[in-house]
Amino acid sequence: MDSRTDITRAVIVWVVLAIVADLLIGFLLAPHMPPGHFSNTASDQTEINNILALILTPIGLGVVTFFVYALVSFRQPAGAIEDGPPLRGDRRLQLGWVGVTTTVVIVLAIVGTIELLQAPNSQAGSGAGGGQGASAISHPSGNPLQVQVIAQQWQFTYRYPQYGGVETFSLALPVGRTVEFHVTSIDAIHSFWAYQLGVKADAVPGADNVAFTTPEHMGLFEVRCAELCGLWHGYMYSRGHVLSSAGFSKWIAHAQIANAPATHYLPKYAHVYYPLPLQRGG
Amino acid sequence: MSHTETPAPATPAAGRSGILTFNLLWGLVGLVVGYAIGLWIGHRMGSRFDWVAETDYNDVAILIGYALGTLGYLFGLGILNHPIARMFGRSGGDIAKSSTGWSRYARASTDHKVIGNQYLIGIGIFFFIGGLNAMLIRTELLHPNSPTFSPGQYLTIVGLHGAMMIMMVSSIILGPFGHFFVPLMIGSRRMAFPRLEALSFWLLPLAGVVLMSTIAYGGFPTGWTGYPTLGSQADSGMDGYLVAFALVGIGMILNALNMLVTVFNHRAPGMTWARLPIFVWSMLTTSVLMLLGPPMLLAAVVMEMLDRTSGTAFFSSSSGGSPFLWENLFWFFGHPEVYILALPGFGIVLEILPVFARKPLWGQRLAIAGMLGVTLLSFMVWQHHLFVSGINSSLRPFYMFTTELISVPTGFIFLCGIGTLWRAKIRYTVPMLFALAFFFNFLIGGLSGVYLSDVPSDVSLHGSFFVMAHFHYTIMGGLVFAFFAGIYYWLPKMAGVELNERLGKIHFWTTFVFFNSTFLPLFAVGMLGMPRRVATYAPHLQFLNDWVSISAFLLGASMLVFLANFVWSLLVARIPAAANPWMARSLEWQLPTPVPVWDFDGPVRILAGPYEYGNPAAPPVMELGPPIVAAGD
Repeated sequence: MDSRTDITRAVIVWVVLAIVADLLIGFLLAPHMPPGHFSNTASDQTEINNILALILTPIGLGVVTFFVYALVSFRQPAGAIEDGPPLRGDRRLQLGWVGVTTTVVIVLAIVGTIELLQAPNSQAGSGAGGGQGASAISHPSGNPLQVQVIAQQWQFTYRYPQYGGVETFSLALPVGRTVEFHVTSIDAIHSFWAYQLGVKADAVPGADNVAFTTPEHMGLFEVRCAELCGLWHGYMYSRGHVLSSAGFSKWIAHAQIANAPATHYLPKYAHVYYPLPLQRGG
Repeated sequence: MSHTETPAPATPAAGRSGILTFNLLWGLVGLVVGYAIGLWIGHRMGSRFDWVAETDYNDVAILIGYALGTLGYLFGLGILNHPIARMFGRSGGDIAKSSTGWSRYARASTDHKVIGNQYLIGIGIFFFIGGLNAMLIRTELLHPNSPTFSPGQYLTIVGLHGAMMIMMVSSIILGPFGHFFVPLMIGSRRMAFPRLEALSFWLLPLAGVVLMSTIAYGGFPTGWTGYPTLGSQADSGMDGYLVAFALVGIGMILNALNMLVTVFNHRAPGMTWARLPIFVWSMLTTSVLMLLGPPMLLAAVVMEMLDRTSGTAFFSSSSGGSPFLWENLFWFFGHPEVYILALPGFGIVLEILPVFARKPLWGQRLAIAGMLGVTLLSFMVWQHHLFVSGINSSLRPFYMFTTELISVPTGFIFLCGIGTLWRAKIRYTVPMLFALAFFFNFLIGGLSGVYLSDVPSDVSLHGSFFVMAHFHYTIMGGLVFAFFAGIYYWLPKMAGVELNERLGKIHFWTTFVFFNSTFLPLFAVGMLGMPRRVATYAPHLQFLNDWVSISAFLLGASMLVFLANFVWSLLVARIPAAANPWMARSLEWQLPTPVPVWDFDGPVRILAGPYEYGNPAAPPVMELGPPIVAAGD
């Protein structure tokens, strides 16, 4: 049996496995792929997760197939120790491998970059859902709802600058309207992770980190801190609500009235707040 | 390349022995005494610290204590004998090259073989301590919301596990196998700077002791990444973390310099670059990373020490600094560090594959190109750790591209692996099984890394258990599996005894099965929204977490099988190993077991490459000239 037959057989096994695996992923796994479709950013993350699964599974299966084929077929006969053929390489095969892997990488990078450059509420994409920094490279059209997320040890609070800078302990958003989160911290580094919403942005003291999303369904979503922030990091979680437009108007109006005395004493709304530094000395 | 012409004594100068000479015991005494003196000085200097500080402990005293403790430790070990003697114009004070008996392992030695074994034991101890911490973490996570440990204890355990594994175990291959075998594989009798070699080893256990001393100060809450502002507000345990990382960083830089100079200048005649074993190439590329990455870490660590003691504000945004500075400096070290962990694994498995496939290494130049490519690219990807940090979002496409690009040179290693196995004559020995499992684990680790390199996907997965599963697949499934491949392959040469093969196979299968059973579900746990380093989680994730915890305990138990094998074979059974039990061609196996103190009896000339399997025309790998006799004999 010459080498060509072995390669042909392995390729056939690989192609069959890859097709079966991709069909299984496409029909069974993809509809349930996290993080779901609660917002446009979550949908995009789900879509990318699915695309990557469909591309990477055949690649992984290819490597595994060739390894397993070699391990099963080319064993040392019992007893004697024989040498294999002194093959040192194959220029065409090596160049082909370099070409194929480089192409896959470039395609993946292009897909990801296009996704990043989309306006955050366009049909084509959502701008990833976090970490846009103080100067986002793409902006949503229209007039997004601004919500400032202020992280501190160990809870998040939320300010709505378009509603008199009121600060609340719970997060509520209207469905279907683009939200512009401004995430900052007043002590350690935290990370604002609204899981179902497909939003994650580090809360860094002295920095204004922007994330866009558009909630597409009403309901509850989880908020957790995703960056180690000290003693009670594991307990830094809460829930947010996506309400109807009317429900949100009612909620924010109530919050403005209820929190009016506190709002009066809050510092003026700003993108970053500087607490007094911790004094150390020796 | 003509160093072998320097005469070497046929018998080594017998080192002084006994408890009264410089050894580990006196090193520890020096450590304690130096620490006490430093603490006293610090308190004298800063006795009024509580007038200005909002803290109730004196960081300056603790840092001076660690610094003087380090000096005392090195003095007690005898590391400083040579420089002190030279300072007074004397030539003596040198450490003996080697001596016999177990006591040489508890003293500073300039024999690269003794240092290799010292590394094996030293790093092995820290590996098991770090592993025990992992067991404690999984105990905590058995239940979603009824903690076993207090929050502070839990964070300390998490931090110690991470820091112990990253700091101490990062040299798990370069330490034992690099030091023992690189000189042997290139036909040299020693490393280029044997005294530096001793220093770089002995800094490592010291760093481990310093790291564990943080427990006495209440631990440190930051995990191994030490992010400010948490690191600046943390209690004095943080000082130990900083000192330990500084010591490890210095050790890495010295190690890298030594390795680079050795490989460049101490190759025997005929050891051309094309004949250089792939394992030595991996040590070379690792050393490039170790030379260029840790200085950044040292800078960051010193800045943080100043922030904590001297009122500077490098990382405090309230006073004009920025936590982003730490994040950048740390990951500029931290990402090359990841490849410091990966490259030695590539080297070992590609070294082992030809031996048990009885074929030349397929595409050797491609494999070398892959390692060099990884080395180069690993300095251009660090901001992928900061995709959601909000530093500069317009750079994200660039870092996404470079990160995905690094999978191309990594892919070369896989192609070379498949090529070597194709039409081979494979023997399924224990080291071969571990090397093959390396490819499987690293494949999963690498493919999951693509998710993390893609920004939209990373926004969802960053900081979750998915990341944690990913790097455990590359580090535990990659580096540690390669380490076990190395230990089963080379221990017969290092210790002169055979390891039990049956126990080895049990160890392999239990480790492989329970490793995957532990970490594969964690990808799902992360995708379902569980962040890293938390003590609580959503109740619907309890089944997966319990599955993982039980698998982790069984994985821990499989390590005990190894430990039993190691102790049994080394201390009880002691079956002498053959000089070349694997019928390997490479240089280190042509030497007798145990390896003579001066390695090669005569001048070495390399005649052929190490992987000429199946080539009947190939000459033997080396010839030895007539033995050199020292002038005095």
